This record gives sequence, structure tokens and C-alpha cells, in this order.
Amino acid sequence: MCGTCGCGQPDQPVLILKPGEEEHMHNYFHSHTHHHGDEAHTHSHSHSYVHAHHTDDKAHVHDHEHQHDASDHEHQHMHGHVHEGEGMEMHEHHHAHEHQHGRQVMVEEDALHENNLLAERNRGFFEAKKLLALNLVSSPGSGKTSLLEKTIIALKEKVNIYVIEGDQQTMNDAGRIDQAGAPVVQINTGNGCHLDAAMINKALKRLDISDDGILMIENVGNLVCPSLFDLGEALRVVIISVTEGDDKPLKYPTMFETSHICVINKTDLLPYVDFDVEKTREYALRVNPELKFFEVSVKSGEGMEDWFNFLLTEWKKA
Amino acid sequence: MHEFSIAVSMVDIALEYAAKSNAEIVNEIELEIGELSGVVMDAMTMAMSAATKGTLLENARVKIVEVPGKARCRACGHTFRIRNIFDPCPQCGGFNPEIISGKELRVKSLNIE
Repeated sequence: MCGTCGCGQPDQPVLILKPGEEEHMHNYFHSHTHHHGDEAHTHSHSHSYVHAHHTDDKAHVHDHEHQHDASDHEHQHMHGHVHEGEGMEMHEHHHAHEHQHGRQVMVEEDALHENNLLAERNRGFFEAKKLLALNLVSSPGSGKTSLLEKTIIALKEKVNIYVIEGDQQTMNDAGRIDQAGAPVVQINTGNGCHLDAAMINKALKRLDISDDGILMIENVGNLVCPSLFDLGEALRVVIISVTEGDDKPLKYPTMFETSHICVINKTDLLPYVDFDVEKTREYALRVNPELKFFEVSVKSGEGMEDWFNFLLTEWKKA
Repeated sequence: MHEFSIAVSMVDIALEYAAKSNAEIVNEIELEIGELSGVVMDAMTMAMSAATKGTLLENARVKIVEVPGKARCRACGHTFRIRNIFDPCPQCGGFNPEIISGKELRVKSLNIE
């Protein structure tokens, strides 16, 4: 989607490239305006949310006011609804709709249904190939790519490692992985903030994967969006570095809730920062009591042996 | 802004059902969004208005029903209202809830003509 105005860009495709294919990148910059036919089109929205919480139950009042003006078309909607409920009951709705005509079609379909189906297909492929697939997620700058480089260098004689790199732009990370000696495909999501199962499905077709190995998927640096998108991985690994706040697990709980492994990186910097490792573990365990931790310094190598052994053990199970 | 890709999936689902039902006009699309689903309601409303642009849903009213979080404590079995996934069980203080509802990201219904 467009970061400037929030509208979609079907004209900007997701790019899937191997190292050395950069020259084929073209048509990257774009501009667009909103015109539907020759009609100028404006939308104005105003919203007000009032949430009042009484004791442990809730009263929600949502007021929406929508105004759409198009050249041949003018209408105005206003509705207010009040939710009141006891304890955990679903809200009761009081709606005042004067103009509810037409027929009702029940849909009841999950927005992530399509993604989850494709993720299961990927998962089946990984299982059949005896591939251990990992989805590495973190904020930008936590050291995902460095962790990958060191892991590849240490383990490439023992196991085939494949990498799918996700970034909004550039081939930089794929270049680093290529140097480290693993087959790699780069996904440039354009303005997309996460990888999804369909992108992985396409990227897999460009990686000539033989049976038995480890596939590392480095997601776009972002602690929010990638958490909702299953890629088909066996393990999700969240990486946090000690230069970040130790309350990250509470600030971004969904990512820690959906991960299996938490790697705490840059431990060589602990003497210089206020990061409290125990506090981070405690917060993360509140969100996800099953989470398993590794404390490493990719730079000094401290703690890396445990991480390598863990990967080899999991790979043998795959 | 993963809300936008979710909005796009929701619009795709709605368009598929609208086409199946031979809809000429979509008056309303009703969504169920759980309060623990990881999307921001305001961003979702904005994303929906962008995602419906130029489609049959362009002028449809977007109704969002927020589904409250509900959990069962894995330690003591108590069922309780949960607002954040790191909330402790009010009965035993444990941090191991099984989420029963509040994760929804669903297209519930359409009103069509």
C-alpha cells in the first residue's frame, strides 16, 4: 500500500529476486491520483470513540459519521450504537437504522483464511522435504541478518541452509547471505510491512531446494504486522537486542505470543545499557509461558553454540 | 499497517459473496474484529475505506462489531474477561490463559440489493 495516502497499489508488484538480478528491477517509482472516470471524488470521515469501562464490564459507544461526496451522488450516514454487556457476554446492540432495506447475506469468513490455507500448503511442502522452516521476526536492527550469517558459516558443512530474505527494498541482505554461502532469494515487498504465505510460496519455486535441510525466512523488520501471518514455518523466532527496551514483550505482545523461541542478542553490550534480561524473560513468559530463550552475542560468539545445537537437534526431528 | 492487507482480504471475501448472490448494490458490510486480534480499530476503519475504493463496496457502510476478549485459565480453569493477552487470571494470578474469543477477524455479513 502507499505510505503517503494509504491507498493500494496494484501496479507495484512484490519482487522476488536472486542475487545478481538487480538490473531487472525497474519501474519502481510511481505516482498516482484518485480519479474515477472524470469524477472528482472526495471522502470525509469523522469518528469519535468513547469507551467507558465500568468495573469489569464495558459500555462501548461508537459513533461514526461518514460523508461521501461524489459528483453525481451525495449521501450521508450517521449511526450510533451502544454496547452494554455483563461480564463476558457479547455486546448487546441497539441500532437505529431507518434505511435498512435489501437482503442479508451471511458470510462468516475469516480474513486470514486464504493466507492460512496457503501456509498449510507450504507446511506440507516443508514436511515432505524434511525441511526445518524458521520464521525470523524482530524490529529493524536487532541483528537478524548477522545471526543468519554466523549460523550459515558455522553450520553449512553439516546441513543445507536456504534463506528467504524479506525487506521492503534493496538486495543488500541477500547479498550478505550469498557471501556467507547459502542459496538465497530476496523478496522486496515494496511498501508491504510483512511477508505472507503467498510470497513464500512463490519464492520457494525460485529456490532449488533439495531434501533435508533448514530454511530460514527473514521477515520484514517489524514487531507488529508479521505476527498475524502464518508462513507455514515450524518455528517462529523473535529476536530482541539489549539496546531495545526490556518491556518490548508487553508493548508488542502478539509477536511474543505467537513465537516459539526468543533470541536475546547483543549481550556483549549489557554492561553499557539498562536492559534487564530477567525482566524481559518475565514479561515474555507472561505473554507466552511456553517461550524458550537463547541469550547470544552474535558479535562475540557468546551463547551461539547453544543456538547451533538447538537448530541441529530440531533439524534432525524435522 | 497490516490492517490494509486484512481489509483487502475482507473486501475480496465480500466481493466474492456479493457476486455469488448477484448483488447490484451492497448497503452494508459487517465485520467482527476481536479486541485481541492485533489490529487497531481506527486503522481498520481507514483501511476499509481505502480498500473498498473503486469496488462494489465503495458506498457500503462498514459496520465493525468489536468482540470482547474471553479466556480460560489453564492453571485453575477460571473463565474471565481479558483485555490484554498478558493479563493475569483474576482468580489464581496465573499467566497462562487460553483465549476463547477476541481473536476474530471475520466478515460476518453483507446487506445487498
